[in-house]
Amino acid sequence: MEAGTGASAGGGAAPVRTHWRTRLSVYLNTNGRRLVLGVPYLWLLLFFLLPFAIVLKISFAEFAIGVPPYSDLLELTQDGYFRLTLALSNYAYLFDDPQYVIAYTNSLRIAAVSTAFALLVGFPMAYGIAKAPKGPRTILLFLVVLPFWTSFLIRVYAWIGILKSNGLLNNLLISLGIIDDPLVILGSDWGVYIGIVYSYLPFMVLPLYATLEKLDPSLLEAAHDLGCRPWKAFLTITLPLALPGIVAGSMLVFIPAVGEFVIPELLGGADTFMIGRVLWNEFFLNRDWPVASAVAMAMLILLVAPIMIFQHIQAKQADGEGAGR
Amino acid sequence: MNWRRDWFTLSWMAFGFAFLYVPILLLVIYSFNEGRLVTVWAGWSTKWYGELLRDEQIMGAAWISLRVAVMNATFATVLGTLAALAMVRFGAFRGRTLFSGMLSAPLVMPDVITGLSSLLLFVAMEQLIGWPEGRGITTITIAHVTFSTAYVAVVIQSRLVGMDRSIEEAAMDLGARPAKVFLVITIPVIAPALVAGWLLAFTLSLDDLVIASFVSGPASSTLPMVVFSSVRLGVSPEINALATILVVVASVAILGAGWAMNRQERLTKALTEKREIPVEG
Repeated sequence: MEAGTGASAGGGAAPVRTHWRTRLSVYLNTNGRRLVLGVPYLWLLLFFLLPFAIVLKISFAEFAIGVPPYSDLLELTQDGYFRLTLALSNYAYLFDDPQYVIAYTNSLRIAAVSTAFALLVGFPMAYGIAKAPKGPRTILLFLVVLPFWTSFLIRVYAWIGILKSNGLLNNLLISLGIIDDPLVILGSDWGVYIGIVYSYLPFMVLPLYATLEKLDPSLLEAAHDLGCRPWKAFLTITLPLALPGIVAGSMLVFIPAVGEFVIPELLGGADTFMIGRVLWNEFFLNRDWPVASAVAMAMLILLVAPIMIFQHIQAKQADGEGAGR
Repeated sequence: MNWRRDWFTLSWMAFGFAFLYVPILLLVIYSFNEGRLVTVWAGWSTKWYGELLRDEQIMGAAWISLRVAVMNATFATVLGTLAALAMVRFGAFRGRTLFSGMLSAPLVMPDVITGLSSLLLFVAMEQLIGWPEGRGITTITIAHVTFSTAYVAVVIQSRLVGMDRSIEEAAMDLGARPAKVFLVITIPVIAPALVAGWLLAFTLSLDDLVIASFVSGPASSTLPMVVFSSVRLGVSPEINALATILVVVASVAILGAGWAMNRQERLTKALTEKREIPVEG
């Protein structure tokens, strides 16, 4: 059964006077399927896909004073030909200036380290929640999701007061006598790691929980009965079966972290250059739209592989759920 | 399962939850601090809440953000529902791969890319067809709807997949048209997901700094933009008060929605179990 098809069967005999509501309902019943798919399809084509084509185009333009501040690729020359000018200078610039190369490697490194930390913190949480009895499990899951509903910016901001050199963490550690001099966390890479793990932890825990919850406990019991040590059972049974969740969660943390702007800006130092911050500065401070576009395209190329992996898992999961009904 | 490993898991979980909640708690506590220095306690006071309410810039930005968030949530819920229906019910159709790709890519796309590309689109459109004129609430809403739709679609897809189709089939067998079946049966059944999707889209919009910064105009600074420019200058107790209000409102809304959905769920379950409609094949 599909919405919209085969619905016109009884709708042929038109009454003498058709009310607009009748006409609307006939229209919806016969064209419903096309509308259901067509409206979001067109929206996404226009507002999601087309913009990337424009970014690509402008990344080949040259900076120009004017509104908008870039040159046209296609020009009508005096002798009636179109001249296509593709400026590769923006991309060459990205490789020449070490600032960009450093920003790219920095972003990848910081995103990878943060993802590893998020997995380290998130896995035991997801494992514990999946193993908890049904009542507490709902509450614990809820507690994981709740911070996600409160403002991201505010949650990042909360760490400034904690991590500052005269902040709450340093005050606590000094008063306990654990350290003598304040730790420098705010303004270092550690601040960024903490911020990313904190902000994206729910994205790691939820996919992990989804796979761990489906894990058949009889497998572990069988391993136990056959004399398998708990850690070995964990490594040979739990971990491989949780792999789809691990990959999905890691991608959900890694990909946005590469392009993160707010966290390095607020918790990182002046020298914590990440690619999102470079793009922001090119656009808002230098007002160089073509270079900002080239930075965006380069970031996309960097992220194509992780995004494809993520989509592959999403599609497989959707199919699995559909088949499991 | 042996006790020692359970103990290990439990302490990690305690650490994880403390990590998630202590910063928010500290923020709430220090919003009642009398002094201007955020990390030194100087006695209880609610004066920063008063200051906040008198801050016209913040209040104006909050009003803009609220309007954008409501419009965004409503449009995104409609689009997301349609998209989810197409994905779950339409089987294989031409362009499905592209569609599902466009529907899941916004979930992970870095904000700076989305923001820049949306802005460039709006500028090109204005040059070409003269719309949207300048940038402001309209452009922010369009950009927000585009990425919120993806989130709403995920929420509604999972509900549609888990939905019991027998009632729909019964209605069809009794001669109801697809549009009627959708309005009278599908919508009420997926209502909890619609509410969840709406709230999610609302929150995403209220929360977005980066995309809004790209596509906003001079007179349309949203709340996160104002907060960000003030936070850049350092910690301020007024922002702590604002944060507390936002956290409390979000928690109450989510708890309320969760409670309502839970109740509705149990009600539906009780009703369907009582009726036991035997429809097969």
